[in-house]
Parts: sequence; C-alpha cells; structure tokens
Amino acid sequence: MKIAVASGKGGTGKSTVSTNFAYLLSKTFKDICLLDCDVEEPNCHIFLKPNFNKAEKVYISIPKINQEKCVKCGKCSEVCQFNALAFIKDKVIKFPELCHGCGSCSLACPVNAIEDDKREIGDLEQGIGHGIDFIHGILRIGEAMSPPLIKAVKKASAFKETGIQIIDCPPGTSCPAIAAVYGADYVFMVTEPTPFGLYDLNLAVDVIRKLGLPFGIIINRSGENDKLIEDYAADENIEILTKVPDMREIAECYSRGELILKTLPKYTEFFNPLLEVVRKKK
Amino acid sequence: MKELVIISGKGGTGKTSITAALSGLAENHIIVDCDVDAADMHLILHPKIEKTVEFYSGKQAEINLELCKKCGRCIEVCKFDAVRDDFIPKQKWFSEGGKPEFFETSAISENSITNSQPTCYKIDEIKCEGCGACYFNCPHQAIKFEQVKSGEWFESNTRFGKLIHAKLGIAEENSGKLVSEIRNHARLVAHKNNNDLIIVDGSPGIGCPVIASISGAHLVLIVTEPTMSGIHDAQRVYELTKHFKIPASVCINKYDINLELAAKMEIFCKENNIPVLGKIPYSKEFTEAMIKGLTVVENISESEVSQKIKSMWNKINTRIK
Repeated sequence: MKIAVASGKGGTGKSTVSTNFAYLLSKTFKDICLLDCDVEEPNCHIFLKPNFNKAEKVYISIPKINQEKCVKCGKCSEVCQFNALAFIKDKVIKFPELCHGCGSCSLACPVNAIEDDKREIGDLEQGIGHGIDFIHGILRIGEAMSPPLIKAVKKASAFKETGIQIIDCPPGTSCPAIAAVYGADYVFMVTEPTPFGLYDLNLAVDVIRKLGLPFGIIINRSGENDKLIEDYAADENIEILTKVPDMREIAECYSRGELILKTLPKYTEFFNPLLEVVRKKK
Repeated sequence: MKELVIISGKGGTGKTSITAALSGLAENHIIVDCDVDAADMHLILHPKIEKTVEFYSGKQAEINLELCKKCGRCIEVCKFDAVRDDFIPKQKWFSEGGKPEFFETSAISENSITNSQPTCYKIDEIKCEGCGACYFNCPHQAIKFEQVKSGEWFESNTRFGKLIHAKLGIAEENSGKLVSEIRNHARLVAHKNNNDLIIVDGSPGIGCPVIASISGAHLVLIVTEPTMSGIHDAQRVYELTKHFKIPASVCINKYDINLELAAKMEIFCKENNIPVLGKIPYSKEFTEAMIKGLTVVENISESEVSQKIKSMWNKINTRIK
C-alpha cells in the first residue's frame, strides 16, 4: 500500500512523521520504501541517513529548432501554451525555462524542424537507511517546475504490492503537492493546533477530497490548543489518527536531525495508532 | 519604491508571523501575500476586501463524447498520461448543469452498471497540464480547449495599509503565474499611492511560486531556524537568491532551541557575506498572538521577542533605503 504524508502548511512535521513512521514500520513489516517527494527542500535523508548507492540526473525534453529546416511559419509559437517559444521578427526565440515538455510544437511543425533537446531538472538518489529503501529528488537550483521530478521519484521506486510505500509530500495545495499524493491509497494529513495550521489543513482537505482519497489527521505539537483542530475534525467527520505531544526534547531531537523513535523510544506509543491504518488496509 | 521579500525554504519557520510583525512596524507601504496555495496573512491582518479579480491561469481540455471516435490520437500525443479510455459515461451523460458525468470503471459494482457498457475517453483534469497537444492533434475536432478560472485575488484594506492577496482554486495549478499577477498589481497600487515599500510574504520551497516571488526584489529576508532541516533548506534558498542575483539577509528564528546549530548558521552567513539582521528567541508568544489575530509586537510590545523584531526592522529599513 502507498501512504502519502501531506499538509497544507509547511513545517507541521511531515518529514518527522514520514521518517519515524517508516522506521517503526520497518520493525514489523517487510519491503518498506520511503520516497521524499518534497524535491524543492528534501529533508528525510537528514533523519534516515541512508547510504546512497545510485544517483542519476533527471531531464525533461525541450525543443531545439533546426534553423536550416525552419520555414518561419510561426506555428510552434502559436500552439505553445507556456510562452516558451516566441515568433519575433521572423525568428523563433526560445525560453527553455518556461517549457513544460509537452511536445506540441514539434507535432505542429509542418517541416519537422523541431528536434529533441533536454533540460536538467534535478537529481535522483537512491539508497538504504535502517533497512528502508529510500529515494529522493533534489530540484536543481533555479528550476521552477518540480512535478516532473516528483513523478520521476515515484517512478523510480520498485514498488512491491506486498510492501508499504511512504510518500513525504511537499507543503501547499497546488501542482507539486498533488503530483506527490496522486495515486496514494491513504493520506496522513499532518497539522499543528494553531490558526495557520487549521486554515491550511482545511485547504488541503478540500484538495484530498477532490482527489477522492481516504485520509486521517495527525495533530503534531499537540497541547492546550488542540480543540481548534478537534472541533473542525468533528464537524467534518474526519478521524484524528494520533496526537504527537509538543515537547521540547522532541524539538531538540528533531533539530539535531535524529529519529525521535530511535533517540526517545518512549514516544513510540504516539506513532503506534498509525500502524492500525496499515493493518486495516492491508 | 523598494520590494522586501520574506522567504524561508523550509515551511513553519515563522515567516508569516514575522512578515506580519514587520508590516505593523513599516510606514507608507503595502503588503502582498504570495504564499497563494496556503495563504495565512489574512488571519492576522483581517483584510476588508475592496476589489476581487478572477484569475485565469490557462486552458483545460475536455472531450466531446458525441464527436469522439476513440481513435487514440490524444492518448498518443499526451505526455502527461492525462487521457484515459476506461471511463463509463452515465446514460444521460450531460447532466442538467451541462457537464458530462462519468463513472470510473473501478466504481462499476458500486453503481450497479454492467461491464458490457462501452467505455469512453475522458481527460483527467488533475493530470492535464493544459498544453493543448490533444486539442491541436484531434482529427475529429472533438476536444474543447478553453480558459479555466483557477482562483481569485483581492485588493484589501488592513490596519497596516493595503494588502494584495489571493486564493488559488481547489487543486488548481499555476501558482507562479498568480504570484506574478498579484506582484504586478501591487506595484501599480504602490505607484499610484506613492508607497515607498512593498513587503512580500513568499511561500516555502525553491520552485515556481518562490522564483516568481523574489524576481526583481531589492532585498530578501530568509527566515530560518537552527535545525538540521532549517539550515539545509535556508542554504538552498540562499543559492536560489544568488542564482537570480538578489541581495539576501537572514533572520534566525527560535535561535535558542539549538545554540550550536544557530552558531553554525551564523558562520555560514559570515562566510558568504550574508548579514544576519535578527536573532529571535523561541517563544509561545507567536502562537498566542496568532490565536488573538494580532502580530507578535501588537500582542506584547515590550517583550524580548518584540524588541528583537523592532531592532531587526530598523536594520532592514536602513539597508533597503
């Protein structure tokens, strides 16, 4: 099964949940795989400390104009929806960083003057940490489009039907977050009991509902303001899977880049309820 | 007119709370919330919306089932696997609202329709990138390709001046384009009102909305925290500002949760000539103020946190002038 770990707001504890949950699962189940799909700011490797054994570059295909063949008809720039090709003064000008790699221009060109070129969008690395198969993507600095790299990370995973895949998603509610949660069997929505946490949770719930995925809430840094989230969850009939307490020692452990369940195993009880989701679904 | 953009790389470092506090200290300025897919600034600033503008990000393809011959050309040309051929149309496939209704094949048993019913093509609107490859290449002109509304943006009044903010539609894309649109509008407003400064709250990450938020800015303030993740992400977002040649400065928030890492971050800043304009201690005041809908400085003006933010504001102000 595939479990996505998402949140609208950033910094609510997605990576904490993903890495510690994968660590917990690896003690009971086989074939655990963790995908860090927050390719803009990947952090899971800091906690899992995997030994990387495979690295590759990821590209998207972009057009290259063969000026000798080009008849300057302007059809390529007419069909391009992303302003990556402009036809100015009888010349096709490229803005490769805007290209989505859809290939419409080359299909539209009547003289096959458009050839394949590529743009590097980032790196993909694979390894093993604590017996967990780990893959992450690292978006190239200056690259705007993360969804193709997120898709590449998901594709690189040799997912076994009998195994469990944890997908750490980017924050937000737009294309990168959607590309990451797409195809998951269940979504953990990690939030914090603050007005920002609640507002962004609500936005993310709208998205997950539109995608039609089953989900439950995890309240991280749980404490005196939990009612904010609990009232919302009750009104919306959403299950609260677990609450991870707001403790300074957890924050310190996180700050040093350590797995909470390894350094402070007493907190395992707060992650155990998540195993139930897996047991029920499997 | 100058533009100050606050970003963080990592989410949850306190970017929005600090931006809100700074906007309460600044004078003759306007504010833009560029974190369009999880905008929170309005929860502190309580804007009174004066003007609403619809945002159209691009086009979306839709198949007309009456014209579709299921030739497969669209599936062939779509690079995003957005065309599926396994949908079952409802008997009257145009509902009253005019939108076709479908069952997924996986839902057959639930909806008691039979397997023998013919399947049809459908474009998965979530996967559709809006490139038009299917529309331009359909031999039967069976594909509609029209502009879709993907959000709206607002010009509002707040106790600290004008706020330009936006709301992206559910599961909509192109947040970068929306960011550019609201920044452009903010410049027009600031120009008209003779404002000296635009304060921009950016989004986490280093991708398209962040690039759209910082391009052309006069100063970027990176709000980070002394955690391994916080520093890792701040360094990547700093590389981004360098890539676009935008002057950067740093604020270390919650600096006392790990003094060793805070010192490491300061060394990194020193080595790269990045001014550290503020070091703010960890404090429950941030959440307290948020719950009251106030900025941290409004909540307890004399606290250590507020003093530190005020002194940071003075440094920013001198630097950006």
